[in-house]
Amino acid sequence: MVADNKKIDYRKQSTGLSIKKILSSRLIFPLVVLLIVVIQNVITTPSFFNISITNGLLSGYIPNILDEASELVIVTLGMTLITAACGGQDISVGAIMAVSASFCGLMLNGSEYRTEVFHNPYALALIVGLIGGAMCGAFNGFMVSVLKIQPMIASLILFTAGRSIAKQITYGQTIYIMNPSFKYLGVQIPGVPVRTTILVTILMVLIVILLVKRTSLGMFIESVGINGSASRLVGLNSSAIKFMAFVFCGVLAGVAGLVGSSGVGSVNSGELGLYIEMDAILAVALGGNMLGGGKFSIAGSVIGAYTVQAITTTLYAMSIRADQLNVFKAIIIVIIIVASSEVFKSKFRALTDAFTRKVFDKNANDGGVEK
Amino acid sequence: MDTIKNELSSPFLTMTGIGKSFPGVRALSNVDFSLRRGEIHALMGENGAGKSTLIKVLTGVYLMDEGSVTIEGKPVVIRSPQDAQKHCISTVYQEVNLCPNLTVAENLFLGREPRSLGLISWRKMNKQAAELLQNLNISASPTSQLDSCSIAIQQMIAIARAVNTNCKVLILDEPTSSLDDDEVNKLYSLMRKLKAQGVGIIYITHFLEQVYEVCDRITVLRNGELVGEYLIENLPRLELVMKMIGKELEILENLKVEKDESLFSEDEQPMIEAQGLSSGPSKVTPFDLKMHKGEVVGFSGLLGSGRSELVRSIYGADKTVQGKLFVNGKHARISKPLDAMKRGMAYLPEDRKADGIIADLSVRENIIIALQTRYGLFKRISRKETERFADEYIKLLSIKTASRETPIKSLSGGNQQKVILARWLLTNPSFLILDEPTRGIDIGTKTEIQKLILKLASEGKSIAFISSEMEEMLRTSTKIVVMRDRHKVGELAGKDMNQEVIMRTIAGGESNNGCR
Repeated sequence: MVADNKKIDYRKQSTGLSIKKILSSRLIFPLVVLLIVVIQNVITTPSFFNISITNGLLSGYIPNILDEASELVIVTLGMTLITAACGGQDISVGAIMAVSASFCGLMLNGSEYRTEVFHNPYALALIVGLIGGAMCGAFNGFMVSVLKIQPMIASLILFTAGRSIAKQITYGQTIYIMNPSFKYLGVQIPGVPVRTTILVTILMVLIVILLVKRTSLGMFIESVGINGSASRLVGLNSSAIKFMAFVFCGVLAGVAGLVGSSGVGSVNSGELGLYIEMDAILAVALGGNMLGGGKFSIAGSVIGAYTVQAITTTLYAMSIRADQLNVFKAIIIVIIIVASSEVFKSKFRALTDAFTRKVFDKNANDGGVEK
Repeated sequence: MDTIKNELSSPFLTMTGIGKSFPGVRALSNVDFSLRRGEIHALMGENGAGKSTLIKVLTGVYLMDEGSVTIEGKPVVIRSPQDAQKHCISTVYQEVNLCPNLTVAENLFLGREPRSLGLISWRKMNKQAAELLQNLNISASPTSQLDSCSIAIQQMIAIARAVNTNCKVLILDEPTSSLDDDEVNKLYSLMRKLKAQGVGIIYITHFLEQVYEVCDRITVLRNGELVGEYLIENLPRLELVMKMIGKELEILENLKVEKDESLFSEDEQPMIEAQGLSSGPSKVTPFDLKMHKGEVVGFSGLLGSGRSELVRSIYGADKTVQGKLFVNGKHARISKPLDAMKRGMAYLPEDRKADGIIADLSVRENIIIALQTRYGLFKRISRKETERFADEYIKLLSIKTASRETPIKSLSGGNQQKVILARWLLTNPSFLILDEPTRGIDIGTKTEIQKLILKLASEGKSIAFISSEMEEMLRTSTKIVVMRDRHKVGELAGKDMNQEVIMRTIAGGESNNGCR
């Protein structure tokens, strides 16, 4: 009996170490979900991995998902930083997208609602759009870091008002920008076989990773998010860091807005980035980040965002009607959230532990001395 | 006063042989306590003495392991706060827990509103509230919203609410920590009024003056054990302090100080000089202070005496509201910790968990974070270098950790403390503030930290050292600053620096050893 126990302990340690390490990695959960979605796709659509070139563009399921996820991934990057620094979420990112795109549209179209001539250089219009996003972020940041209002409440203001503001900027109408070069950012730059959205997304992910890993911003954000009081005493200015995170999130939402409007060739502030904040929060959660602030993983969030988009695309591909889509999405989200909750995890762990012990006991007895 | 009457009357509440253990800690063992009607009974003891555990046992928050409680001679069992209410025991805590957005009357009668025909009768409620307030001399209007009243009034309303539930035992847990002198006096008159009505009051406070002002009797606890119960007249302050800290006079006199007595000439330029310094919320009266190179200055005083607040104001942890600070003779404007760090200061806070560790970050990150904030956002210390720093200090301070990437929260308290020390040593400070660096740490680590303090001082650093253990401070300090009730009351050096004088100074009042 004693020998048996020893054997079990030994086994547990030797096998436990590597498996446990993999299982406890925070990236494992989003990866597993993504994998399930991919497998589901492979089964239902055998052409899933096919990639062809049509009209000088890579096309197929995977390029499609990558393209469609672009706005979400970019917005999720900002959401991750805010979540880590403040332990709260910014629900105005969708509205900020609209504001940013409207500024850009105003610069390009002047007061005309439909034109082919740029009134200002495209680059300048993009910069103005980004400044618009930054301003919105600064407003949210001021509310949170100076006035100490809860992030979700603070961003509720722009969540509610942002789209109306955007609409006012474009004289209360949807504007159409007919100059073909407007679509460079959201569709394709002639001669480049990859959609520009995918390239912009890669660029943004790289910029954020550089900023977080190559400067001390990542550690400072985590520190402020984990223990504000201790961070202050080691000399960190937590208000400034939170403010910065919001401005940065605003700029990223701006990028997403510019990409999105360019993709459709118009600025419709009622539609652009609608409900994207919820998907972004879900992506952050899926990515294994603490929604209460602190440790974060950009890689996790990016995988999370692609997973959310993959789910949506898959549901469409399974010819589920648009009006039913959200029901199915909700069911999947509930399953994911429950499976990733601490309560479920610990129950599950206890269950598997009990199971393996049972198997081991049985094996040990079988292999051991017969009674 | 009516102590003779008290002597004769039998106790209303008695607790006998109370014992309570938590995993690994014996919080109370064989403690007796009794309370008579119409007396104010102070419950005294340093941190960890068992005061709050005893109160929590009495109010049913904790279940006792052994012992018994009787009320009016009849044994009672208190299993929950509701039971305590039923036995007419009420508690008012340091933080007012009433509803700030309701009116005074609503707060007084919340949950037992006077009704007529099943509906709340507001008229009746306000009338009864007015009577109650008048009866207790509380100047508040029943219909005004609670948060429009001062903290003192809110505190009194909490007491009035407690008393109104026909309470016979009132527990006041540090009610005065956020009150000013005037408000404290108002509270006293309320307490005396209740006393005259026959309510027994258990009073917990850290302020000695207050004990001698209102209390009739004192029970002293130390390390979870009963030291004794005394009539206030029979226990001079000095003895009270000694009983709380746990030293007898004779033993003190035999204690020899083992430390070289290198005194500092007054004309040498001090490294740190404070002139009339005082900071915002701390309420420490403005103080002067000089600290020299290579000097270890101990800060002594009971808990809540303002010793932590004093050092915090030097570091800029609380915003300075008046006075000046000079670092190496130069006027230093310090409005935030970073300013202090840039002038070579380091601060190890008292509350390691709340203000020290950044729990989820690794040991390595916790070590380098102070240096990194000094360097700023863009001058990032390379990963390799941070690993080298971390390894160096893990070895130097023999920090026990699985690896440098282990989250600091999974280390033991002593090792966490060493990580925080490492964090500051890495910034190569010239002035270190160490607030209770040895609290809750095993004896081995304690000696290591003491040795480290002496070593740092010999390297020419100046150190402000706070500890609840007096021997420790006597062993390491060249000078001891004594605090009492948020005043700096003395500075002891040379032959004055022994436990007896320190305790006399802490106790203040009747024995003035030339310091004040």
